[in-house]
Amino acid sequence: MAGGQLWGYILGRLLWVPIILLAVSLATFALGRFGPGDPVRVLAGQRADPETIERIRQERGLDDNFFAQYARYLKGIFQGDLGVSFKYYGLPVTEVILPRLWVTFQYNFVAILLMFAVGIPIGVWAATQQGTWRDPLVMGTLLVLAALPAVVLVPFLQYLFALRLGWLPTGGWEVREFFGRLEVGLFSKTIVMPLLTLGLPGAAGLARLARAQALEVLGEDYVRTARAKGLKEFTVITRHVMRNIMLPIATLMGFALAALLSGSIILETLLGIPGIGSYAFEAVFARDYDGIMALALIGSTAFILANLVTDIAYAFIDPRVRLAGRTEA
Amino acid sequence: MSVALDAARPTLLPWRWLLRKKLALVALLFIVVVYMAGLLAPWVAPYSFREADFQNVLAGPSLEHPLGTDRLGRDVLSRLIWSAQTTVIVSVAALLLGGTVLGVGLGLTAGYFGGRVDNLIMRLGDALFSLPDILVLLIITATVRSRVVDLFRHLEGWTGIGGIVESGAPDYILVFSALSLFSWVGMARIIRSQVLALREREFVLAARAIGVGSWRIMWRHLLPNVSPILVVAATQILGAAAGMEVVLSFLGIGIQPPHPSFGSMIFDAAGPRNMLAHPNLIFAPVAVVASLLVAFAFLGDALNDILSPRRR
Repeated sequence: MAGGQLWGYILGRLLWVPIILLAVSLATFALGRFGPGDPVRVLAGQRADPETIERIRQERGLDDNFFAQYARYLKGIFQGDLGVSFKYYGLPVTEVILPRLWVTFQYNFVAILLMFAVGIPIGVWAATQQGTWRDPLVMGTLLVLAALPAVVLVPFLQYLFALRLGWLPTGGWEVREFFGRLEVGLFSKTIVMPLLTLGLPGAAGLARLARAQALEVLGEDYVRTARAKGLKEFTVITRHVMRNIMLPIATLMGFALAALLSGSIILETLLGIPGIGSYAFEAVFARDYDGIMALALIGSTAFILANLVTDIAYAFIDPRVRLAGRTEA
Repeated sequence: MSVALDAARPTLLPWRWLLRKKLALVALLFIVVVYMAGLLAPWVAPYSFREADFQNVLAGPSLEHPLGTDRLGRDVLSRLIWSAQTTVIVSVAALLLGGTVLGVGLGLTAGYFGGRVDNLIMRLGDALFSLPDILVLLIITATVRSRVVDLFRHLEGWTGIGGIVESGAPDYILVFSALSLFSWVGMARIIRSQVLALREREFVLAARAIGVGSWRIMWRHLLPNVSPILVVAATQILGAAAGMEVVLSFLGIGIQPPHPSFGSMIFDAAGPRNMLAHPNLIFAPVAVVASLLVAFAFLGDALNDILSPRRR
């Protein structure tokens, strides 16, 4: 019975995924097609003759009606074809996006790892210091850090670390080749700036969350029991507190990865990093429809999947979640 | 974080609590100063935001120009004050339209009626939430802008009122409408969850039993009971909208020049060479934006503590 309910719940959630994605793709498609600004003109340049423009239009099928274009686009997606980039003439969107996705993924992945490795211990430590002057001081500092967006943080970091101290380059993305083709930017100084920009607010936010969770766990009976039976405080924290706050926090990891597209747009534009964020910015201004759509789809798919995995993980672990659906219905 | 409402809690007014939190009070004061400066910009700012003094380009701080001038010889302090006006207009409008009209309205509706209406509204919210917000705002503002401007041109010709496009109004309307599209979801979720809890309480049943209509129940009985949370959510929306406007204008798709915005000021002064030569140009707007967002964070945090005593 309980198992059946769980699968029903998962199935219900899964059914929404294609519907939401369809709505997202239709919305971005419509915005791109009905928006002003002619990509063909952007592509062909100011002085293109009408014949060239007409030829490009026909090649791309831009003269067909809206639904025919949309249907063709959907069909392409199922064949792994996300269309052709207008900005990078002739290149398939997948070829434009994949190398850039790899760049964005690298620094985001490291940033997320750092966030968790630094943020959670700080948060749990602050929770154990509740009532002393250290807790509000650390929490206040973290609140300041968490509130600073990239637009503000990047100029500050650039000025301090690149221009005044000269420790870091002001931007860009250097890579090293491995096995002749795999380009990795992890070992270059250029990765430090994006790591700081993402990591400082990220770790701060995470630490605040970890503290709130840890405070709740610290008040539980089993923590009191653990202390009462004479366990060392360190053991209590690592074995009882850390374990119990990990579940709600680990689920954030998915969202952190999924939200990378939004964060990377500003970061990459400011620092001149050739990832999907800077491409998104270029694509919108060059009316690179297919590129924009691919990015919107990738972004929302990642987010929906993260959401789904989180909910299902919760339902597996916490029976109250799947029973809640029953009482509501 | 959902905020638990405790019926037995003594009803202390939020501002009485705020007085005890000095830091939050400072934050509130700073926000009020920035917003007042923005509101009173025509009287407070020493110069206009477009008044260029080509004899005095890129000047350092002086008595006439306390924060120096930019590359067109415009007074930086004045442009900051006018940028605050942009922040005020955009964030308050986004709060009213997105937070209040859409957020509270849809949240109340979803929570009170439940069932299919609830499902439709909340799934729509999920879909919006699942989109990368900056990308969508980028697409909307980049594609719809010239249409909105055209619309206002027609309106000007039709009504004979001049200067609407010139005043930059279409940009402001576009930016706060686009922000509203996203800012209602969080508010609606909070309101809905509160209404779900309140819906079955005795006073609602009693009201329904004596024949009070749905809208009146929502307006007179449910809304006053969720209003403390409204305050917290409203601060969050104001802060988020203010920050987002800076980002959009920074990317060149928000408020268009010559109308000033912190975002476009930062963009104009960014880049290593500019920064090294004229640090005042970039750090003036950066400092104001950073302080404003930090102030919003502190205020929101304090309000959250006040309204959910459990976590204090």
